[in-house]
Amino acid sequence: MAESPSLEIHPDLVRRILVDFLRTEITRAGFSRAVVGLSGGVDSALSCFLAAEALGPDNVLAVRMPYQTSSPDSLTHAALIIRQTGVRELTVPITPMAEPFLAAIPADQAVRRGNVLARLRMIVLYDRSAEFQGLVVGTGNKTEILLGYTTLYGDSACALNPLGDLYKTQVRQLSRAVGLPEVIVAKAPSADLWAGQTDEGELGFTYERVDQLLLLLVDGRHTPESCVEAGFDRAFVRAVLERIRRNQFKRLQPPIAKLSNRTVGYDFLYLRDWGT
Amino acid sequence: MNRLPLALAQFNTRLGDVEANLERHLTYAEQARRQGAELLVFPELSLTGYALQDLAVSVARRPHADDPTFRPLLQASKSIDLLVGFVEAEQRHRFYISSAYLSRGEIVHVHRKVYLPTYGLFDEGRFFAWGDAVRAFDTRFGRMGVLICEDFWHASPPYLLWLDGADVLLFASASPGRGLSGEPRLETARWVEQINQAYASLFTSFIVHANRTGFEDGLNFWGGSTVFDPDGALLARAPYHEEALTLVRLDLEQLHRTRARLPLLRDERTALMSRELARILRRDPGSPTVGD
Repeated sequence: MAESPSLEIHPDLVRRILVDFLRTEITRAGFSRAVVGLSGGVDSALSCFLAAEALGPDNVLAVRMPYQTSSPDSLTHAALIIRQTGVRELTVPITPMAEPFLAAIPADQAVRRGNVLARLRMIVLYDRSAEFQGLVVGTGNKTEILLGYTTLYGDSACALNPLGDLYKTQVRQLSRAVGLPEVIVAKAPSADLWAGQTDEGELGFTYERVDQLLLLLVDGRHTPESCVEAGFDRAFVRAVLERIRRNQFKRLQPPIAKLSNRTVGYDFLYLRDWGT
Repeated sequence: MNRLPLALAQFNTRLGDVEANLERHLTYAEQARRQGAELLVFPELSLTGYALQDLAVSVARRPHADDPTFRPLLQASKSIDLLVGFVEAEQRHRFYISSAYLSRGEIVHVHRKVYLPTYGLFDEGRFFAWGDAVRAFDTRFGRMGVLICEDFWHASPPYLLWLDGADVLLFASASPGRGLSGEPRLETARWVEQINQAYASLFTSFIVHANRTGFEDGLNFWGGSTVFDPDGALLARAPYHEEALTLVRLDLEQLHRTRARLPLLRDERTALMSRELARILRRDPGSPTVGD
């Protein structure tokens, strides 16, 4: 019988490490500024907050990139964060650039259309990062990375990611502790790629439940069988494991076909921090 | 007075930039000396940074008076003893994670890490050769021993140093922080402090631990360097996750007081231990307790 480990974190400790991480790693890469795509959701709100604390609000650019079907709440909630953190802001509507693309994609192909929007936002963000001379700070959490609930080269694209080892439940805990607005922390998470979309609706389970399971499977190294014994539905355990496996490609650089004696990724090994 | 004024340095290294890290060493040495310290302990791989991967071979040095990195360190050691961490190249081009004890312009001792973690996030066995000796050595303050990180996650190296006469054990680490809970420190910090306090108590010895800070890519190093006395009491703890030079004065007479009360060293039955160990290793060559 698997015991039930806790997702609890010590917010001050985690905040300290993540703020130091952003400051140290952005500085040693030769930058002093950061760019965050601010959606109005809790993940990007927290990334923005941490970046502002690490670099000073004047050195952080929050970019809002609404599409015509985006929920009006998204813009309003993003504005709350901009006001609270005092970061610089920019709003770039992506509708005019999305329309020619989406005209060629049937309306019923929601995932395909959603991916286009996510990738357009990436292009805007990277272009603005060049102008602002800042690094793109990621917003992906551990839950969505493990489940592959992300668009490759879209919302997952970033220079560094402070949240990638925190489950969604832990992102919420830290967000509450640093004082982000409850309306943002408590609302149903959504990629907001089409009207009425919610993460939990699309995934078919709640973050709270899947985080408990992932904590057992991934961190605790429990077998699937012991997770079933701990009270998780067998089909749920199987579906989550399959999602993790199927999405491994999103977590790795594309494989290079090895031919020579020394190949990038296999036996040419250096950290990004090489020489800094 | 039988006292050892000691300093622990914890800081963020530049990965693969020996020159820049050497400057930090010399600055800390001067600062510690001015504050009255007579021994300054640096963390593991303090001259090079930790996750070196393919950089390991290009940052390797020979600990020798003619080496351009060791020359200024040996010069500095004329006024303060130093324990420094580096990649050691030996004559036949094997590379070790080593720490060198320098005193009065001489290299007194070099320890080569004997346990190279190659599991989880660690890949040391891929890049480095395994050290082959655990030896205590004499210093102007008494007999000491040096271990590097994973060396003291195993019980046998501290035990061997204890039997070899070390009363002050110098532990050097570059410990990547991990493990979240509701506690205000990482699980790694809790674990390492727990075992160091246990060693101090079990061996009625001083346990001095220097652990680096800063980041390498996504890895954080948690600092929190500590000194425990022969009673297992915490004498000093450097801040977590923050560069610091921490000074602490060891009262070496505490060895006398503790061991007069608690004669664990006197009563240690080394012949029995040796006999039983030989029997265990002989009994079943395939047994998982057998290693080299």
